[in-house]
Amino acid sequence: MLDTLRQRFRCAAPPVDFCSLRLTETRSRLLDVRQGVAEPISLAHNRGVMLVVAHGGGYGYAATADLSESGLRAAFARARDWAERTADCGVFDFRKIAFPNPRGRYASPGVGSAVDDAALLDLLLMESQHAAIDRRIVERRASLTLIDVDELYLTLENGDVEQHFSYVIPSLTVTAHAQGETQTRSLGGQYNGYCQQGSVEILGRAGLSGAGRRVADEALQLLSAPNCPSGSMDLLLGPEQMMLQIHESIGHPLELDRILGDERNYAGSSFVTLDMFGSYRYGSALLNVTFDPQVHEEFASAGWDHEGRASEKVWLIKDGILQRPLGGQLSAARASEVAARPITALANSRASNWNRPPIDRMANINIEAGALSFQALVGGVEHGVLMETNVSWSIDDSRNKFQFSCERGHLIENGEIKHVVKNPGYRGISATFWRSLKGVGDAGTLQVMGTPYCGKGEPNQAVRVGHAAPACLFADVDVFGGDA
Amino acid sequence: MRAHFHRLADAAQALLHSDENFTLWLAGERTDFVRFNHARVRQAGQVSQATLELRLIHGRRQACYALSLAGDDEDFGALATALAALRHVVSSAADDPYLLLNQTVTSSDEVQQNNLPPTPQMMDDILRAADGADLVGILAAGPIFHGFANGLGQRNWRESASWNFDWSIHAASDRAVKRGSAGFNWQAQAIGRDIAQACEQLARLDRPARLLSPGSYRAYLTPNCVAALAGLLNWGGFSAREQLVRRSPLTRLAQQEAALSPLIHVQQQASTGLGPGFQAEGYLQPDTIPLIRAGKHVGALVSPRTAMEYGIAGTGTPVHEQASNLCMTGGSLAEGDILARLGDGLYLENLHYLNYVDRPAARITGMTRFACFWVENGQLAAPLGVMRFDDSLYGLLGDKLEDLTSTTQLIADAGSYEARSTDSVNVPGALVSGLNLVL
Repeated sequence: MLDTLRQRFRCAAPPVDFCSLRLTETRSRLLDVRQGVAEPISLAHNRGVMLVVAHGGGYGYAATADLSESGLRAAFARARDWAERTADCGVFDFRKIAFPNPRGRYASPGVGSAVDDAALLDLLLMESQHAAIDRRIVERRASLTLIDVDELYLTLENGDVEQHFSYVIPSLTVTAHAQGETQTRSLGGQYNGYCQQGSVEILGRAGLSGAGRRVADEALQLLSAPNCPSGSMDLLLGPEQMMLQIHESIGHPLELDRILGDERNYAGSSFVTLDMFGSYRYGSALLNVTFDPQVHEEFASAGWDHEGRASEKVWLIKDGILQRPLGGQLSAARASEVAARPITALANSRASNWNRPPIDRMANINIEAGALSFQALVGGVEHGVLMETNVSWSIDDSRNKFQFSCERGHLIENGEIKHVVKNPGYRGISATFWRSLKGVGDAGTLQVMGTPYCGKGEPNQAVRVGHAAPACLFADVDVFGGDA
Repeated sequence: MRAHFHRLADAAQALLHSDENFTLWLAGERTDFVRFNHARVRQAGQVSQATLELRLIHGRRQACYALSLAGDDEDFGALATALAALRHVVSSAADDPYLLLNQTVTSSDEVQQNNLPPTPQMMDDILRAADGADLVGILAAGPIFHGFANGLGQRNWRESASWNFDWSIHAASDRAVKRGSAGFNWQAQAIGRDIAQACEQLARLDRPARLLSPGSYRAYLTPNCVAALAGLLNWGGFSAREQLVRRSPLTRLAQQEAALSPLIHVQQQASTGLGPGFQAEGYLQPDTIPLIRAGKHVGALVSPRTAMEYGIAGTGTPVHEQASNLCMTGGSLAEGDILARLGDGLYLENLHYLNYVDRPAARITGMTRFACFWVENGQLAAPLGVMRFDDSLYGLLGDKLEDLTSTTQLIADAGSYEARSTDSVNVPGALVSGLNLVL
């Protein structure tokens, strides 16, 4: 199929300044068990191409699932028409951009691995049954999504990149209810935090086997737990919450298209401005944040982005100082004009599928491990709370005022972890929150997390992102619990 | 695409063994998207897509296969491949105790005439009207189609061409006015008027912002804000399944342990919505499903699967059990009396990033956004700096609700995750005695 498409592209590509074809072919299976009963298995095969034309300074695209030569010709004509019609009213003169023409191949771990779906379904049924440990357990759900994606990127001037990905997304949630109180506990979050690239070995890293009883027991513990205390105190966040904290208050604010105003009508803008890069103190000196598309199993690892830029690890924040924005080649070129100085592009121009054009996205945004063991982090807390596993998130238009809640907390007193607390949450302001970072866990506390649901863009796109982080300790945070 | 869908349905029928059954569900669109920033074009293009979902039923066993359609004869081969894959899965599947399919054949065929002008013309109308303004947003235009077919011979088709223009006009320091409109007929003059009015309103924001301390404030929530609250409630709130497992934010209401204000009347109203009116199991959605009447729970959205699992009557609602056109009845507050009745407090035009803090308690948080004002003595006194609120829906729609506007506003969802939404809400504005600001 790929060679046929290469041939058709060469025949159908119009004589323009630049054009490209991006194929995305996705095969997926959803195995889902609810209340110990298997839901109907869902299979999917989705295939199509995004054709881009840049010509005379304009840019247009056309997405189609008709991969015949005539289908490609018709789609190229539509893309060219849009490029020509917007040449004198676009945000940028695309003649100023030298689109890359990369060549190469990337394969994630797990590509081509054989998977026994029947055995996986049996595992889900078993975990769901093992979660039924008490009459107060009112809902049990366990699922696995297995996704294989093949991508091909071709350009007019012989760019040719193949990328192959295998993803596994495990999920397990248990809800307990008694006396008017409902609590839900999950494996890595209710929004698939343990999603990774690879095959069934991911299930071992996620701890799916045995999770049914364990998660159910934790849900029951929450039913009888006291509310999280309120007040200003130390806050220790585990990786299952750190991923959300990074995502919302570092990843999104650093997206260059937000800074350039593209997202103001939908996802919002950013408190970060172009003049901050290179000098702004984003966090304490302990904060080191990287854009790293090369972590072996992380969810958004790739060899190239969707405009053909090769991926590499880059420091976004080093020793607390803001270094680089998250912008692909178009945003970097636009920002360079606005800032009147060169701003280098990253490989983060990404699209959710063949039916959406690429925009600035996060890929993998990680916090580098520090020097403190988990015991040392806890030992440094006189009065505080350990919070795990995001359950609620909200942040303002410019990514500053946030409020996040977690599934579970533990009180920490005099350097020791005490009892479980329910409904833990905290508020803060991004511009100051990271400066209160006072302890970063070592590699032993680090976990590779992610989410399939990072939403942004007009038209809307939900993309896969990864976040690896150690446990982190913050000082003097506004913590709260549920209503008493 | 309709003829192609019917041929695919006939092909599926012909491929089946005598002891097999099937359903087909199709969702597709051909949409031009034009994205704007600084009243210029950020990205423009067309997306042509259609997804066909084939469900194979053998006895009480079933499985589904979704495939993207090319729109030509290759699709027949893809359909046969999908059927072979489903036979393999179904052969080893267990009986599904909750399988429930429509057995009453009710076919329908609705194709609305496409009255849209060429999208580049619409783009030019917008650029002309926005000249000199900092306009940001998205225009989506083109046909959307849905189809259903089953082995009983039922055939449903709905196709209509519409546009949705979701936009905002911005000034310095994050000040902005947001608008949106949608329809089946393009009216360039109306768009021009809307943009001009938004620019006038933007000028009113050109004053120093009022920064408030945390605390409870009287507030008027425009229909945009109430739509945001309704959207959050629709995230599991009206789902029978979520209510039965006590995860719904309206569980206490459904259990009659709590009530909302007697002013609150809510219903799902497919008859005035923009969606197809039929769903993937072949059920037609009833015109109206009452959900809350005079602040009390009177019904829920019940998918066929939930109906079978819990032995309750279904409402023909798709599997996620969300309303496609959630309607709230208005109250007695006249538009001209809003500021006077508010007196001193918050006039909130838009809310942003709502989420549950504690879902079973219906405790929510979110931000104020764009053209929000501090009101004194019934007059707009100053723009409002963005504030975070943390409050209970049982309070905001309960004992703190003073009145609803007498008129309601139909708001079409501009969402386009994977595909353009056909959802909508029809809601009034709301006057509340207190909204708890926390940051």
